[in-house]
Amino acid sequence: MNPAVQGLITIIVGVGGCVAYFYFSNQFLDKVIFPSTGKNAGRNISRANMVRPWLFLFPAMFALGLYLAYPVVETLRLSLTDRDAGGAFVGLANYNQMFSEPKFWEALTNNFLWLLVVPAFSTAFGLLAAQLTDRLAWGNIAKSLIFMPMAISFVGAAVIFRLIYVARPDDQAQIGVLNAVWLQFDGGSGSFIMLKLLPGLILLCFALLCAYVAYVVVKPYFEGGKTGGLFMQLFRLIFLVGGLFLAFTSLRSVLNLFGAELPYGEPQQWLTIPFFNNFFLMIVLVWIQTGFAMVILSAALRGIPEETIEAAIVDGANPFEVFFKIKVPQIMGTIVVVWTTITLVVLKVFDIVFAMTNGQWETQVLANYMFDKLFRANDWGVGSASAIIIMLLVSPILIWNVYTARKEMR
Amino acid sequence: MAAIAGTKSSLTWAVQLSTIALVLLWVFPTLGLLVSSFRTVDQINSSGWWASLTAAEQNVVFRSADPGENRVAEGADGATFVVSGNVFGEEASDTTISVWGTSSRAIDTYQAGETADLGDGETITLQANGDYEWRGNDEQLSGRGQRMFATITAPPDFTLDNYEQVLLSGDSTDGMTKAFFNTLTVTIPATIIPIVVAAFAAYALAWMDFPGRALLIAMVVALLVVPLQLALIPLLRLHLGIGIGKGYLGVWLAHTGFGLPLAIYLLRNYMVGLPKDIIENAKVDGATDFQIFTKIILPLSFPALASFAIFQFLWTWNDLLVAKVFLIDATGETTVMTNQIVELLGTRGGNWEILATAAFVSIAVPLVVFFAMQKYLVRGLLAGSVK
Amino acid sequence: MASLLLKDVAKSYGKVEVLKNIDLDIKTGELIVFVGPSGCGKSTLLRMIAGLESITGGEFQIDGERMNEVPPSKRGIAMVFQSYALYPHMTVYDNMSFALKIAKMPKDEIDQRVQKAANILQLGEYLERLPKALSGGQRQRVAIGRSIVRDPKVYLFDEPLSNLDAALRVDTRIEIAQLKEDMPNSTMIYVTHDQVEAMTLATRIVVLNNITHTIGQVGTPLELYEKPRNTFVAQFIGSPKMNLLSAKIVSGGPSTTIKLDHGEQVTLPIDSGDASPGDTVSFGIRPEDFVVAQEGDPVIYSGEALFSEKLGEVTVVYLKPAAPGEPSIIAKIPGIAHVKKGDALNLTGVIDKMHLFNAAGDSFLYQ
Repeated sequence: MNPAVQGLITIIVGVGGCVAYFYFSNQFLDKVIFPSTGKNAGRNISRANMVRPWLFLFPAMFALGLYLAYPVVETLRLSLTDRDAGGAFVGLANYNQMFSEPKFWEALTNNFLWLLVVPAFSTAFGLLAAQLTDRLAWGNIAKSLIFMPMAISFVGAAVIFRLIYVARPDDQAQIGVLNAVWLQFDGGSGSFIMLKLLPGLILLCFALLCAYVAYVVVKPYFEGGKTGGLFMQLFRLIFLVGGLFLAFTSLRSVLNLFGAELPYGEPQQWLTIPFFNNFFLMIVLVWIQTGFAMVILSAALRGIPEETIEAAIVDGANPFEVFFKIKVPQIMGTIVVVWTTITLVVLKVFDIVFAMTNGQWETQVLANYMFDKLFRANDWGVGSASAIIIMLLVSPILIWNVYTARKEMR
Repeated sequence: MAAIAGTKSSLTWAVQLSTIALVLLWVFPTLGLLVSSFRTVDQINSSGWWASLTAAEQNVVFRSADPGENRVAEGADGATFVVSGNVFGEEASDTTISVWGTSSRAIDTYQAGETADLGDGETITLQANGDYEWRGNDEQLSGRGQRMFATITAPPDFTLDNYEQVLLSGDSTDGMTKAFFNTLTVTIPATIIPIVVAAFAAYALAWMDFPGRALLIAMVVALLVVPLQLALIPLLRLHLGIGIGKGYLGVWLAHTGFGLPLAIYLLRNYMVGLPKDIIENAKVDGATDFQIFTKIILPLSFPALASFAIFQFLWTWNDLLVAKVFLIDATGETTVMTNQIVELLGTRGGNWEILATAAFVSIAVPLVVFFAMQKYLVRGLLAGSVK
Repeated sequence: MASLLLKDVAKSYGKVEVLKNIDLDIKTGELIVFVGPSGCGKSTLLRMIAGLESITGGEFQIDGERMNEVPPSKRGIAMVFQSYALYPHMTVYDNMSFALKIAKMPKDEIDQRVQKAANILQLGEYLERLPKALSGGQRQRVAIGRSIVRDPKVYLFDEPLSNLDAALRVDTRIEIAQLKEDMPNSTMIYVTHDQVEAMTLATRIVVLNNITHTIGQVGTPLELYEKPRNTFVAQFIGSPKMNLLSAKIVSGGPSTTIKLDHGEQVTLPIDSGDASPGDTVSFGIRPEDFVVAQEGDPVIYSGEALFSEKLGEVTVVYLKPAAPGEPSIIAKIPGIAHVKKGDALNLTGVIDKMHLFNAAGDSFLYQ
């Protein structure tokens, strides 16, 4: 059968079936099981109304249960069994095997790198774009264009960025923008400023920022201020450790940068340079997700009461103080939402890595590692185990979301 | 904030310029792909795509027509001959010659329009538009045509050949036509069916009172973030076990299942916001829940339905993972565009004219949908992010 | 401790003029109230003084210094917004100290000032709370406190009471009046659409006209009530509004005799100025200045009761004219008057409380 015809039939059967199900099940309920006539009419109507919600819910709940809830349990079970041994229970053997593979640890560390970089940069760029376009006459056009990558598939974006990163032999014209720009640097003072001084300064600023964040979260302990409950204390600890780690890492990078001999004049295969190639992949996701962050944050910025901004101006705040002390704190909740949403995308990122490097040159991430295990190595046990790891990483956000959603409903 | 007294215009300028820079940075990558898809293989390989937007200078070698057949006797004595023509051939062209020469070592000896003296009365003149005249005696104008080394300025030149190859004449590896229709076949049912299923559930969760409602909503929120990676193996096993196997039915079901949490969440949030009075009024008028749903809620929920439809459309159109797991079998007959492009990256990674065109074909439809329905997409995003 | 001077100030958005010919001299220690119907530009004028809206024409000075291009924070003003504009993420203390921190004031002094303002406004126990944990009246006081700590030259209030319920509004109004008494040297500008607020608070009121976009009149509350400069101010101040009847001048001089449409002649102790007999004028009388006519009194209005509202201390009667062509009017009769629908009433008035306006609507008093 022609797939198009099959598709059409599926639409008709699917949609028609759903509507018919809802209609006839309601009719059946009202006319046959609990008829709303006769001596028990009143009791029957209230009984029918108790059953009806479940009629409405059943197809969706069935599909959700089968396609999302059941797999969680089933994957957990699979991760504890061995396929080759006929599904025998093997305890944590799959996990042990996975933990012994360097590729898994590479994927995990890369994933953490992604988790740090992509949400941070997407949110920061999104916030920047939202603020810049806020009062611009052509702001909507600008937003549209920055938002556009949202519509592009990860695979399409991978092609787009491979065209940017492509390298040609030394004696041919470079057709990748990055190499074309790279070859403009000849090791002179211009190169020093652009490639060492400027990035060095940026990294230094970043290090200072991280150190400052770390300082801010522990400040209340020195000054005897309120430090919050256990949850907040834990939160502070995470930020302290994270901030100091990032500050230390970026300071070390500055030193490395100034010590490094950069291969000027040679076209680079960007995607094969270990460690840095991760960032070249992340740029793709940042490029896509910035638009999302911008749209949400832009709406949040619009929602800030105009008068608080005017009050701050009257109070003498300059545009930067207005932005950082008045606007950003007021949309902090939205920033957290954007951040967590992008974090979820990052945890599931698969297509970009699959299409650009397929995990080679130390760019593996968990989702692609899992796909590798499932469909190349055919090892369902380890594959399931790695899926469970992804699930574990997602679960804090899951719990947080459920918590806030429930709080909101009350 | 221009109205506020004492604001510096330098800041306004800084904002304008940074916005322009940011927008250019974001558009640049896509533009590269678009421009490359309109260039020939030679153009792509000889220069970066950004060079094609402006008139390009290049050095080329021309040879005049063969004197043996084309020379024309001139003058009273018939001893001198002339060969004339245009180096660019018959076609009208915007290409112009700036400087030229007669030897490869000195290609900028003459300006266009000047006459080169080749010795013993032999001359050649080359005009900016490519017209040349080569004069000399019988002996001089013989053998092969005269060579001319010229620097030409060619205007931007684009071609539709790549699209023709990818869409019309492509074979099974290059062609996107089949993959395009396969993607469409996957996308449309996978967009419509979850909407219907979710709409009913969302109504129940929004406007019907029953024990366990809050719990179900919390469950939907939880399932919203469950990575679909977890579902791959169990569901593939399930599909293989009940005989669906790999195919369209499987991928439709999978997309429906994976799209449901967002659909229910979005629609419920929207429906809860509808005015309560309308629904209660309808109940007082004697409408059943089924009638309230179809006659009042569904029409009023159109914006939310549209939002989700766009999401699901973009998501299924751009999806690679679900298609790879549930749809594409060993024969590759049911390949979708994302998969086709990944395979092209493997087999024809250097053929940028094919890659760029194929990629652009695959992103064209989402881009059109995006620009046409952006309003609904934004609205959906705002409603869909868990607050 | 500042005087303000507005010289021919104007505001337009593109071609739309919102305010023009605004001349105003505000002295130290005054509490000036801007009133006017909605759309008259009173808030815009306040925001221009604050610097939140640019001034598109004329000059604005504080203490003799041109302020047109000076940013809001450098003008020495503090503003209380209609919605209070408290920073929702900051505690009351931080809200009040924000401007001082921005100005890099020493910590001790900030603390001292905030505590002092908190004492005045009885906010001491709320300093560590977020605005969302405060009641409407408390938020209002925080907003005022935020101004006080800055010790500005000029206080600006933009309809500060309109978000409060009726009872709280009266209390807060009295608090503001007391605040003003405690700070006799501070200059305040207050915008409201509520006449009662204007009349009770102001040292002088500025009435803005929403049709001509100019100042209708500047004066003390009683001046505006007793001697309105034109029909716009006459009808805006006072409730229910002043009745206007058309009439013709019979004879002029230091006192003017006019003839009303229904034929009655009245002589008013108003100088006719350069008006000559035969000129059409508007004769104004406030509802509360009507008296039921006795035998021999000149009948200013004779009509038929349409409807009456007995408010206790006064009865408001809506009348339609006996003679066609005259307008319907409203009269306030002291005490409880038993007026039924359809009753014929002859009304006269207190002669020295009547108003006379020329055809252009300007009062004869100011010619």
